[in-house]
Amino acid sequence: MSHPALARDFIANRERTQWHDKALWFVREKRDRMASSVPEWELLRETASAIKQHTLSLLPDYLEQFESNAAKLGVVVHWAADAHEHNEIVLGILQQRNVRRLVKSKSMLTEECHLNPYLEQHGIEVVDTDLGERIVQLRKETPSHIVLPAIHIKKEEVGECFHEHLGTKKGASDPKYLAEAARHHLRERFCRADAGLTGVNFAIAETGGIVICTNEGNADLGVSLPKLHIACMGFEKLIPRAADLGVFLRLLARSATGQPITTYSSHFHGPPAGCELHIVIVDNGRTEIFRNPEFRRSLNCIRCGACMNTCPVYRRSGGHSYEATVPGPIGSILTPIQTPEKHSSLPFACTLCGSCTDVCPVKIDLHHQLFAMREVLDGKRLIGASKKLSMKLVSGVLSRTWLYNLLGTAARLSLRWLPRFLIYNPLNAWGRQRELPLAPKKTFRQQFAERQQKDDKR
Amino acid sequence: MSQSRYVESLEILMKVALFIPCYVDQFYPEVGMATASVLEHFGVRAEFPTAQTCCGQPMANSGCMDEAKPLAKKFVDVFDGFDYIVAPSGSCVSMVRNHYDHLCDPEDQRAATVRRRTLELSEFLTQVLNVGAVTGRFAHKVGLHQSCHGLRELRLGPSSEVMSPRANYVQNLLADFDGIQFSVLSRPDECCGFGGTFAVAEEAVSCMMGDDRVNDHVNAGTEVMTAGDMSCLMHLDGIIRRRKIPMRVMHFAEIMAEAIEAKTPGL
Repeated sequence: MSHPALARDFIANRERTQWHDKALWFVREKRDRMASSVPEWELLRETASAIKQHTLSLLPDYLEQFESNAAKLGVVVHWAADAHEHNEIVLGILQQRNVRRLVKSKSMLTEECHLNPYLEQHGIEVVDTDLGERIVQLRKETPSHIVLPAIHIKKEEVGECFHEHLGTKKGASDPKYLAEAARHHLRERFCRADAGLTGVNFAIAETGGIVICTNEGNADLGVSLPKLHIACMGFEKLIPRAADLGVFLRLLARSATGQPITTYSSHFHGPPAGCELHIVIVDNGRTEIFRNPEFRRSLNCIRCGACMNTCPVYRRSGGHSYEATVPGPIGSILTPIQTPEKHSSLPFACTLCGSCTDVCPVKIDLHHQLFAMREVLDGKRLIGASKKLSMKLVSGVLSRTWLYNLLGTAARLSLRWLPRFLIYNPLNAWGRQRELPLAPKKTFRQQFAERQQKDDKR
Repeated sequence: MSQSRYVESLEILMKVALFIPCYVDQFYPEVGMATASVLEHFGVRAEFPTAQTCCGQPMANSGCMDEAKPLAKKFVDVFDGFDYIVAPSGSCVSMVRNHYDHLCDPEDQRAATVRRRTLELSEFLTQVLNVGAVTGRFAHKVGLHQSCHGLRELRLGPSSEVMSPRANYVQNLLADFDGIQFSVLSRPDECCGFGGTFAVAEEAVSCMMGDDRVNDHVNAGTEVMTAGDMSCLMHLDGIIRRRKIPMRVMHFAEIMAEAIEAKTPGL
């Protein structure tokens, strides 16, 4: 299904859509308050963007530097060209060590690679330990937001889900009670896990260290109890120096949730004694984006989700309407680059309002990229034959002033004289919930010419 | 309003063209007339080159650059030679200024000049004519809708996402009118949901966005909703009229023309 159809279904439940919109706007407002408390906010954004652009410009060098420094710390670095290779590498590591139970903290990369179903097919129990992700996993859904994976689910529904899977009281919806139940449930899973898998927020070339940010501390617990830690990252997570980290940590949580910093910013510099740390660096289409100067800047993304929180379309259509691992503005760029046929409606699920560009902590020109992506889709003949034809016709009319004047008059006359039922017919999508403009007798150019004539006579 | 006493001197100084967006020409002629009147009040008697049609934004926003290109070329041909090209639309001006580099021949110096000289009305009044406080009377509670392209492409006002301060051109132009009050909105610059073909292709989202904007204005007690773009107001007015809400929409040029006329009739 395309975005407009899925969005329409979402909005059919108006009350719920309003609740969804307000929940995310609340986060956006928290972000505004936090951002405004930092006098050098705009300078931070500028700096972060420059660091990312610099890193991308020397990417191969920094990747090699990271690999060699990580190896010196005792890390095993793996390279995966695509999702399948990534999944095979992770499975291989787990199977060699007879791992049967894996706990994961949040990683959008493993969502992108569909790691969970792959591992489950091979007999490995996978438990997502981020509360939102666990809820989504128990409901057999996918995250609808990259930072707030269960933002589309109400607490009453979490109560039902936990009643079914965790045995909480029927009808319970108190967040504290439910969170406590989840805590006990997850604690047990943490304790019996053979390995922990995490994402990576920042990988530092200079030190070979990685940084993982969570609010629940689940990454730390998940990799501290078992002896095996696998960290998976897209290559765009790289930053050059430890000194650069402060810029990003100050921006990330403020932009994401309106917190000054995430509760846990955990640094891993090689495995503890007697343990193993594997880092899997994944391409999966990123090189293609990297090679494209128009869209390269989208690799700046630090996955804060601020563009989703601010997007008026996302807030009113829900993450699942994008049918993509990463929804919202940034997802509407990253996804159609890879699968333009399936996701051709996403760059058009946007009014080009530009709020995403202004909110983005790493200054990705999101709405300009969405605009550019539309041209790419037109080049691939993916904007729809009827739209293309109408644009050709309209362009032909507007190129000829006399024809524009003629058809403009015809349009105004029909709006003035046609009976309402003909104008507001079922095919008129504009008129379903809106009136059309009232057609004036005379155009501006007629009125202006008449006034000038009067002035000249005077 | 007749022409002001400064007309003759300024007319020599600058040759100004009115760029009236196609849908304003057809459906909102009063906005074009108000634009001309306001400019005249400040001593600029603008011409209207009659060969103009559309800047090509609908095609460009649909990804159809081949269909937008002839219109960009036509625009440059029509407006070449003017010192300033002034339009009552941030969106159409942004199309010309920010996207014509991609649509016109990069070697074409005329296109570069036309792009640079195309200004939105409040921008022209503030930056070129240095208009500050305007005398006038408009005793209504006005709700300012910040049209996105004027706000975030042309930076005609402060956008809530960005933390550096910025002047609000339209509000400043209206602020000194006798009796005017401004609504305080819960979301000061959220998009109305028009978005060109988006309004039809994503009808459900578009109308919900419009509803939410209208409700914000209703709750804030707006009597007259204004904006720098009639396209936003066409969409919002469509909702207002369908829902029979007692609220008027006016382009800010109309408010200015009416306010100035009310205070100093026939100036």
